[in-house]
Amino acid sequence: MEVFVQQVINGITIGSLYGLIAIGYTMVFGIIGMVNFAHGDVFMVSAFFALIFLLVLTSWFGIASMTLALILVMVVSMVLTGLLVWAIERVAYAPLRGSFRLAPLISAIGMSIVLSNFIQVAQGPRNKPIPPVTREVYTLWQGTNGYPVNISLKQIIIWVVTALLLAAFWYVVQKTALGRAQRACEQDRKMAALLGVNVDRTISLTFVIGAALAAVAGTLFLMYYGVVVFSDGFTPGVKAFTAAVLGGIGSLPGAVLGGLLIGLIETLWGQYVSADYQNVAAFSILVIVLIFMPQGLLGRPEVEKV
Amino acid sequence: MNSALKSNNGAGIDFGRALKDGVIVAIIAFALLGPLVGLKTDQNMSNELILQNRLGLAAVLSAIVGIGRFLLSAFVYPWVAARGNRTKAAATLAELEARAKFAKGLSVTGLIFLFVYPILIISLFGVQGSIKWVDNYGVQILIYVMLGWGLNIVIGLAGLLDLGYVAFYAVGAYSYSLLAINFHLSFWVLLPVAGLLAAFWGVILGFPVLRLRGDYLAIVTLAFGEIIRLVLINWKDFSGGSAGISSIPKVTMFGIYSFDVSAPNNFAKAFHLAASSAYYKVFLYYLILLLALLTAFITMRLRRLPIGRAWEALREDEVACRSLGINTTNTKLTAFAIGAMFGGFAGSFFAARQGFVSPESFIFMESAVIVAIVVLGGMGSMIGVALAAVAMIGGTELLRELDFLKKVFGNDFNPDQYRMLLFGLAMVIIMVWKPRGFVSARQPTAFLFKRKTVSGDLVKEGHG
Repeated sequence: MEVFVQQVINGITIGSLYGLIAIGYTMVFGIIGMVNFAHGDVFMVSAFFALIFLLVLTSWFGIASMTLALILVMVVSMVLTGLLVWAIERVAYAPLRGSFRLAPLISAIGMSIVLSNFIQVAQGPRNKPIPPVTREVYTLWQGTNGYPVNISLKQIIIWVVTALLLAAFWYVVQKTALGRAQRACEQDRKMAALLGVNVDRTISLTFVIGAALAAVAGTLFLMYYGVVVFSDGFTPGVKAFTAAVLGGIGSLPGAVLGGLLIGLIETLWGQYVSADYQNVAAFSILVIVLIFMPQGLLGRPEVEKV
Repeated sequence: MNSALKSNNGAGIDFGRALKDGVIVAIIAFALLGPLVGLKTDQNMSNELILQNRLGLAAVLSAIVGIGRFLLSAFVYPWVAARGNRTKAAATLAELEARAKFAKGLSVTGLIFLFVYPILIISLFGVQGSIKWVDNYGVQILIYVMLGWGLNIVIGLAGLLDLGYVAFYAVGAYSYSLLAINFHLSFWVLLPVAGLLAAFWGVILGFPVLRLRGDYLAIVTLAFGEIIRLVLINWKDFSGGSAGISSIPKVTMFGIYSFDVSAPNNFAKAFHLAASSAYYKVFLYYLILLLALLTAFITMRLRRLPIGRAWEALREDEVACRSLGINTTNTKLTAFAIGAMFGGFAGSFFAARQGFVSPESFIFMESAVIVAIVVLGGMGSMIGVALAAVAMIGGTELLRELDFLKKVFGNDFNPDQYRMLLFGLAMVIIMVWKPRGFVSARQPTAFLFKRKTVSGDLVKEGHG
């Protein structure tokens, strides 16, 4: 029982990160029907931005307060990642709007390769460890067999930040002009353009918002695991995509739900079935969901238009 | 970008605008490259991360990007716009025929060259000196040519983006290694077996997923590729785990001559030649050349069969195909299985050549390289794929040779790092600039009464 609760706590933590990344996939897919294959690597680059600025703040400016440093790092990482993705979208995706269907996907695969290898070349292929941001651990209760159920401060930070950002994001999508434009483009791009919505700008901003959320996930990932490496984008990227598909691609609550589910399944599978096959489980879920219920849990079935 | 295009369409070159573009792009580039390139994280003696200041390098790179953008805005876009107005019309039949004739001439010359290549190399560099050129360049490139041609059936002809092609390569390699080691069967028996097993896996994996739409299919194949690799890593009793399988038997010359040094019927001994591994390399070269040509030949013949026509029709418009009564699932499945089979052939050849296989050789990046080769070559064009393989694999091999690069970039310059970077950039650039690849031979292969040209606007490739 204690083990189960502990794994659920861990699973929700990882799931929150997957959920944050999955939103980027699901929003972009919803608006232009494209799988942004490079999104996982964008997440990895954002963790590097966070790493570099954390080092700048601590070693050059000597900021001692970790809380302040984390907030600053997160903001900087969000801004820079947003800028990066804006540039990528302008250069690699926007010119392909009228091209054949697989063109943006192939371009995104190319971009994903470019990002991970660029980081490898620029920052070196080795693991980048940082000293732990906080070691604070709270024991929730002591189990009968002496096994304690712990929750660390890092996990609490992840939960709180994820919840706050999701609330803010929800507000943006539901209540602001940008969110309305976004939903309009999602339903009918041509009609939205006729009604005066700047479609190109809306699509760019969609990419940027997704990237900013991935940057939050990247910063939290760096804080939680304390290490990042250039190849860290691929697997979380595929898992977050799985989350987006599981929740129903195009659906925002679905992405978060899917993320939490994937996080839980992954940790529980690792605990109870086989730690070696943890990633196999995640990939298998992707395959099974896509084959048997491509519309996902909360998504709408897709109607093919001729 | 669009606004720059428009403003330059009629008037002359707008330097002011180009300059503004260049400066803005340079600033953005510096904002991104500043941290990523300019501040390199390094570990010091006590294993702490420290920052190494390379902001100067970042500034230089940003300036290069900015200048590049300036040149694009000032010269390239106006030039493209001016040219675009002129050649909007589809190529005429005469042009197409001239192009086809050129392609035919090129492939005949290429073939002759490929057959005399080892002889040429041996006469130039001697028997021992030929190993590098035959093995690193010849065999290595030809493996990718064959993989490219195999995947070309799936992507180029049937329009199915398969990101897990390396899985079938792995199936072929592991089938050969395991069967050869455990049952002592010869390469010549196992080659078809490996192909069949790979095709079988193609059918198994393909059957459930081929109902999916293009990009979902791509992701599912990717997941399958990863699953197979992860199983190979973790199922240690079966595959030896990440340590892989070593001492895989060599290919024999049809059982008559062996290339094992200790064997009594050793090739070099039988012909009283000095012992050298060069003979084996030359033999492997001709073997993979023939395998690749077999792939090409079968593909070309299949294109003329109803199934080949159905593939191409499927690539252009799936809905239309279905309404014309083509069984799309079977058609896709055949393409998938045949592509997988060639992957399996290539895989067993790879295992025999290396003498060692491990899951490391079958990572996603390998699939991405093959996809990149097919995409760069112009999906569907055989010559294009071959040229792309030569350029990308041979080009990156060649980078290793260039000593002056070491002098420019320092001794730790390792071109291998830049290989994938170049691949990725090439994929993006090709998609943006020439989505149909460098050599896009998209002539109609089936026609009513006489050959006509079809405008690219009328087809939607890859909607499958």
